[in-house]
Amino acid sequence: MTTWVGRSIRRFEDPALVRGQGRFTADLPAARWVRFVRSPVASGLVERITPPAGSVCITHADLVGVRPIKPMLDRFDYVPIEQPLLAKACVRYVGDLVAAVLGTTAADAEDIADQVLLDITALQPVMDTPSALAEDAPVVHAGMSDNIVVRAQMCTPGHAQAWAAADRIIDCDIRSHRQSGQPIEARAAHAAWDSSGRVTLTCTAQMPHLMRTAIADLLDMPEADLRVVAPDVGGGFGQKMSLAPEYALVVWLARKFRTSIAWVEDRRENLMASFHSRDLAISVQGAFDAQARLVALSGDVLANVGAYAPYPNTAAVEPLMSFAELPGPYAVAEYACLARGVVTNTCASAPYRGVSRPALTLAMERLMDKAARSFGLLPEEIRRRNLVQQFPHTSPTGLIYDTASYRETMELALRVADLTRFRQRQVTARVEKRYLGVGIATFCERTGYGSPAFAARGMGVTPGWETVQLAMDPSGFVEARIGASPHGQGLRTTLAQIIADAVGIVPERVRIIHGDTDRTPYGWGTFASRSLVISGGACLIAAQQLHTRLCRVASIMLEAAEADIELRDGIARVAGTDRTIAIADIARASYHGAHRFAESPGLQETASYDPLGTFSNATHIAFVDVDVETCAVRIERFIVAEDAGRLINPMIVDGQIRGGVAQGIANALYEEIVYDEHGDILTTTLADFLMPTAHEIPPLEIHHLETLSDASIIGAKGLGEGGTIGAPAAVLNAINDALQPFGAELDAMPATPLRIHDALRAART
Amino acid sequence: MKPSSFTHHEVGSIDEAVAALARFSAEGGRILAGGQSLVPMMAFRLAQPTHLIDINRIPGLDRPRLEAGELVIPACVRHAGFHQQVIPGPLGDMLATVVRHIAHVPIRNRGTFCGSIAHADPSAEWPVVLVALDGVVVARGVAGTREIPAAAFFQGIMTTALAEHEMLTEIRLPNAAAGQRYGFCEHARRAGDYAQAIALAGWRISEGVIRQARLAIGGVEPTPRRLPAVEALLDGHAPNDALFSEVADAVAHCVTPMEDPQVSASLRRDLLRATTRRALQRACA
Ligand SMILES: Cc1cc2nc3c(=O)[nH]c(=O)nc-3n(C[C@H](O)[C@H](O)[C@H](O)COP(=O)(O)OP(=O)(O)OC[C@H]3O[C@@H](n4cnc5c(N)ncnc54)[C@H](O)[C@@H]3O)c2cc1C
Repeated sequence: MTTWVGRSIRRFEDPALVRGQGRFTADLPAARWVRFVRSPVASGLVERITPPAGSVCITHADLVGVRPIKPMLDRFDYVPIEQPLLAKACVRYVGDLVAAVLGTTAADAEDIADQVLLDITALQPVMDTPSALAEDAPVVHAGMSDNIVVRAQMCTPGHAQAWAAADRIIDCDIRSHRQSGQPIEARAAHAAWDSSGRVTLTCTAQMPHLMRTAIADLLDMPEADLRVVAPDVGGGFGQKMSLAPEYALVVWLARKFRTSIAWVEDRRENLMASFHSRDLAISVQGAFDAQARLVALSGDVLANVGAYAPYPNTAAVEPLMSFAELPGPYAVAEYACLARGVVTNTCASAPYRGVSRPALTLAMERLMDKAARSFGLLPEEIRRRNLVQQFPHTSPTGLIYDTASYRETMELALRVADLTRFRQRQVTARVEKRYLGVGIATFCERTGYGSPAFAARGMGVTPGWETVQLAMDPSGFVEARIGASPHGQGLRTTLAQIIADAVGIVPERVRIIHGDTDRTPYGWGTFASRSLVISGGACLIAAQQLHTRLCRVASIMLEAAEADIELRDGIARVAGTDRTIAIADIARASYHGAHRFAESPGLQETASYDPLGTFSNATHIAFVDVDVETCAVRIERFIVAEDAGRLINPMIVDGQIRGGVAQGIANALYEEIVYDEHGDILTTTLADFLMPTAHEIPPLEIHHLETLSDASIIGAKGLGEGGTIGAPAAVLNAINDALQPFGAELDAMPATPLRIHDALRAART
Repeated sequence: MKPSSFTHHEVGSIDEAVAALARFSAEGGRILAGGQSLVPMMAFRLAQPTHLIDINRIPGLDRPRLEAGELVIPACVRHAGFHQQVIPGPLGDMLATVVRHIAHVPIRNRGTFCGSIAHADPSAEWPVVLVALDGVVVARGVAGTREIPAAAFFQGIMTTALAEHEMLTEIRLPNAAAGQRYGFCEHARRAGDYAQAIALAGWRISEGVIRQARLAIGGVEPTPRRLPAVEALLDGHAPNDALFSEVADAVAHCVTPMEDPQVSASLRRDLLRATTRRALQRACA
């Protein structure tokens, strides 16, 4: 029975945050501040580092016994690469860490860093995949035979035959330019040494337990001597999931100088040296039969993964996820793909909300629109013929799609959109030289996957499961200690709703404890749209165990059969009678009168959950108005119809969708990290890296279906990334629809005015 | 992104400001007005002034006034002061239209009209207004006061005729007679961004034809400028769309557009053509 699940109760997180009472890493006072000296060149040999007289300046030579970061993938086609915490002999991108200086304030440290003289012999950098793959390209990592770090290839046995029998082949080459998932709060770390020899690292992290393991391994120290705390974290989007070498250095400095050391990254550092992502070129070819059904698909994925590999995901995450999930929601049986990850002299690429799926969805959705045009079908019609409709479905890469509603969500979005009317308006607008367009994107989002999925990737560190330690204290309040590490997702509220229903109390009596390795069980943190499904699943199991235990104790206290006890609204009742006892009284008795019951004392339950994974799905429809004189795009309307199974808190779900779509629109139209040909980064301020504001994001129309699948015990599927996945393809399809009268096509994102201008000029000539 | 260290001087009068400039300008002293351009540059360490001469507390500089047919804008009038008409009539209306394109409200609350002129960003709005109207810049140094005509003021990207030791004390704009019409248009990537092309047109209509046409552009070349040769195409003609398209083409052809990673010369030329035509149309609306 659900009383709390499904309700849009207000988030427990918000009162402190909106009153300015959040606690962030940068709020902590520190004895010393560190500033990192970063490489001004993309590729070079460090000859000499000359710090100003009297300063504390740490370089690679000082880091005796410290290991390099070396994420591992257990695959024959993966080449592991190393990243020393500070440059050893060479620098590999603009922003690479060269030295660390200490000051009494952040400004003081920056003054000192400005005076450190770097003598670096610049070498020819490789900046993009074509030049990195050239025969005579310099190798970014000495010892590698070329610049390819991962090369995955497959072909289903029936592919060639299906290809040969196809009615026609449609080509589509898309380009996703480099992005940065900007959090409001840039990265920050504060390490405090105490006299017991222990260090507490407070930092902006999505995976506190893994940060602790990783840093302890690098510095060769016992994990027990390190506590990692993630306080309020102002957004992560993946940037704070991967290990920051800076964090390990801050811990090293705190141990070395036996004091507290702080680092608060500035926006320039974040844009140049925090993780980038989505630098992908994907070519797809679809073989369609005469009924416009996709019978075989070929893909070629080239990912520019930057200079280093992020821990724990490795440099293979984007190419391999594209490789595994390219077919998306379409029922294609035959599949061939080559996916390569290529190192270059750019900032390392790491997962960013959506991870490669915004690009692969763009590829598939542009392919579908091009095919529709070729067959003379409407975009919605070709999708009807190709969406998976029978579940479970096994994709050609072996992924199992659980019960979902690919077709139904699209039809729901189409009903809301009323395209017949829009298309009439589009025609009349063209007469007045206004160019309107509509674009559809359908996709499925793999979420909530446990260790089997990560093991299949061959990850040296195999994440997946989550553990929850649940305790009801003598006052009848529940504390749930979780290994997930929310940073804006509202888990303190949604998990409390799940636990409240399962135990029979109000959510206000549930406290979720997270983000502190001293207070929570080992877990994998928050990423990959997993926390509600997996940590929520573990919470449900533990809460059901607690429920059973409370019923057993209540049955003794009420002298009734255990099966007759009902827990609700904080009360245990013998069903159908007025014999009751408060759950808080059962709790107190469980501790203070434990001798009365044949139970272990207290009320603690621990549970873990490690599911195979599930797929949520959605359709996005974007309506745009393209000003062909200025090449500006205005989004007139944006519809989302999504199905993420049971909605635990609809308001929080809609918030996730809104934020995701805003980032998707940003990817589609505005944000781009740009390097020049010398390897210098040109987008180091928010005046150059254009994040959309409230003016640029239209109001969203969000609609839900709730298909329950047994792949998730709480019934909810993950959806944290979906907004970013569908929006770029919907917007690009809409722009292409608007530009049809000019015969112009654009398959690159962001669709900046410059790219639209070029596309229009290319069409004219 | 923390500024390097500096000494902050709060001055109580223009005389004190000028004296402080005389003393510190040679070693990197600068006026601090609204701080909305200078402080970000200091955070990026693109500017590392050693002394800041803060004019915000000087009394009497925060209100525009009408004096002898001119709108006088002293050094501390904020952008936000123009949200409402500063004077009744077409000039006040035009300024109230233009200001809505400058940054966002919090920035307009601090940034000053004169600071924007002194800063001379090629993509800023107020400099276009100044040259379109042939306003006057009043500068004071220890040696005295001088008046610099708008056409001679802007010399390059963030370079002006103002000497290092001079303070810009006020701007004078000729007031517009009733019947004066203005049309303004700019193109920016996002709401509140610096413009990538700006056009401001102005004229009177008498006997159905355009008289005393003015057309100034910004955001395209290192400095804003009036285009007298193009204005001549408007004068004496009845306003109509064909004429505006012809003028917009002429404008697009007479500029040498700046390039940056976001805007090629060719796109910028097209942006200018579109903004010019729209500004001309708006002057008729
Ligand atoms: C996010 C953002 C967006 C912006 N967008 C726009 C925009 O779209 N359009 C636009 O026009 N501007 C924009 N600006 C800039 C803003 O308008 C500034 O306020 C303006 O450029 C400078 O005015 P200020 O009073 O802030 O000057 P300050 O920043 O204090 O000074 C700027 C420079 O002028 C000098 N200076 C200032 N006053 C005087 C004086 N009286 N005498 C001599 N020298 C002086 C200073 O020494 C300094 O070199 C933006 C700013 C930000 C932060």
